[in-house]
Amino acid sequence: MAKTPARLNGHALKRHETVVAYLFMLPALFFFVAFVILPMGIGIVTSLFNYTMKNSVSAETFIGLKNYIELFQDEKFIRAMWNTVILVVVTVPSVTLFSLWVSSAIYQMNEGLRSFFRCVFYLPVVTGTVAVVVVWKWMFDGYSGILNYVLSALGLIDKNIMWLGDTRFAIWCIILIMFTTYVGQPIVLYVAALGNVDQSLVEAAQVDGATDLQVFWRIKWPQVMPTTLYIVVITTINTFQCFSLIQLLTSGGPEGTTNTVMYYLYQNAFSLYRYGYANAMGVILAVIIAILSAIQFKVMSKDVSY
Amino acid sequence: MNNKKKKLTPYRVVSLIVLIVIAFTFVFPFYWIVTGAFKSQSVAIALPPQWFPTEPTMANFEKLFKNPAWQWMLNTVLMALGSMLLVCGTASLCGYALAKKRFYGQTIVFSLIICAMALPKQVVLVPLVRIMANLRLRWLLIALGAIAAVIIVMIVWNVVKNFNELTDKSSRTPKNLLLALLVVAVAAAMVVYLAKLPGANGLIASTPEKQPLTDTLWAVILPTVGWPFGVFLMKQFSETIPNEILEAARIDGAGELRTFLTVVCPIIKPGFGALAIFTFINTWNDYFLQLIMLQSRANLTISLGIATLQAEFATNYGLMMAGAALGAVPIVAIFLVFQKFFTQGITMGAVKG
Repeated sequence: MAKTPARLNGHALKRHETVVAYLFMLPALFFFVAFVILPMGIGIVTSLFNYTMKNSVSAETFIGLKNYIELFQDEKFIRAMWNTVILVVVTVPSVTLFSLWVSSAIYQMNEGLRSFFRCVFYLPVVTGTVAVVVVWKWMFDGYSGILNYVLSALGLIDKNIMWLGDTRFAIWCIILIMFTTYVGQPIVLYVAALGNVDQSLVEAAQVDGATDLQVFWRIKWPQVMPTTLYIVVITTINTFQCFSLIQLLTSGGPEGTTNTVMYYLYQNAFSLYRYGYANAMGVILAVIIAILSAIQFKVMSKDVSY
Repeated sequence: MNNKKKKLTPYRVVSLIVLIVIAFTFVFPFYWIVTGAFKSQSVAIALPPQWFPTEPTMANFEKLFKNPAWQWMLNTVLMALGSMLLVCGTASLCGYALAKKRFYGQTIVFSLIICAMALPKQVVLVPLVRIMANLRLRWLLIALGAIAAVIIVMIVWNVVKNFNELTDKSSRTPKNLLLALLVVAVAAAMVVYLAKLPGANGLIASTPEKQPLTDTLWAVILPTVGWPFGVFLMKQFSETIPNEILEAARIDGAGELRTFLTVVCPIIKPGFGALAIFTFINTWNDYFLQLIMLQSRANLTISLGIATLQAEFATNYGLMMAGAALGAVPIVAIFLVFQKFFTQGITMGAVKG
């Protein structure tokens, strides 16, 4: 840009560009500050207050870190955190590996088939959680659900199981549905990334007699590493935010086995009106996610080669 | 790709079969929603399930429309369109500036945006409700009106200033200006329309000056516009603009805004497509945000509407499916038509490394 005659006067030019740039950014930054940065600040500040809405009189008293201390003694919160960790530990690797497998199976197909499969796996995302949940609720239904019907027809179970009401199964049902709504985006990303793998390297390896598996791990895997990293990070973030499935299917039950941090936060904020407490949870969640993202970047970017 | 890759090893055959089976389970929910919408209550829960409705009935839809389902649809469309227009407008300006201008504070602004994207969006929702409850609809409408007025004045001024040029040069420029005017007009019409919606949605509510933003569609639209993903995406697209073209435009004497409208916008058209469709679909399906912001029955979106009905008629699966179909079919159709843009949006929006 700065190669025009005004190069002599670089500072003046930059000053001019600064004014222009901020004018261009003004609308977006206005919304960004007002509806992202400001609520973040409010969240952090109110997490230090005993801010409730009981009796429609809001009582605001500064209580320092008491909300945080209470959180770590709150069994429900610890349970919710534990459940969330289970969700993350199961979902993130399975989503990543499954989408890598699907993508490597479809990326060499012709354009039509490829976009067909991409659409198929993206369909549950577009359909929307609420609509998809309607179907899953029916499938898992204890009396009229298809799952019990099929399993008993096959002779695998002798009495109906209340899938969503059973402490052993509820969380796995959630994980299954979550899985189907999470793989769409990774598949799109992997298909694009695999398509960009340097084909000359692959051919050179094949000439040298490398097997398909060797080609995959030695050549393609390192090249899609940045994509893998991104997928792992966004899937982790999304799983930590798991809310709608819980709210629509189990309300955290049975016996708190499917309660997640996000759902517990919602309950505290909008059923118990404990805003300060809920915001403390939000802050902790944000800190955990920030730390995890940082670790994932550190660990995995060692292997990234551009 | 190349033909020698297509030799059928046993592994390939097996994986293809597995893939097709799994693909069926992914399509199944959508199929079941669409067919289930036409089943009566007893058929919908019959076992063994009826894979295709033999006696299709419209009873579910009739019952659905006794609830304000059309209103919910209208709300959802307005909300998604409003977010889409605002996001495209603000994000393209900001993304272009971030990509092509060198200014003080650039790294700070950009790293703030990246950090915000890595944070969970839902963490800020609770304080957002508080902010929305403290904002008044009237202030917002005044602010929006002022912005629209400024834009119109700028465009008119531009037209007047360049009138001679515009008339004898190629017809490209006036067309773009007309397009911009059209967008502003549509946006203005929408503001007016939103304001006139019945119920607490509008200015017409009994005490307009006291109407907070919560329980209006604005409470869902504004946070969506604030979310910086669009800025990042448009920055990625703007990086592809060759500097030579911008320089040429400047040497030809085009002002900043004119350069943006007539040079930058046509180049980043695919970016607009990707961002528009991405925002539309994501806003349509953003259940959590809608849930905490909207309350009155007339102001719900279709997702919220289905969820409400689900709570009221827990076992009427036929009715549920009809509601779900009403919400899902339009958005899936839009996705299928524009999926190329959509895929591009996902790929370009990925932060690498």
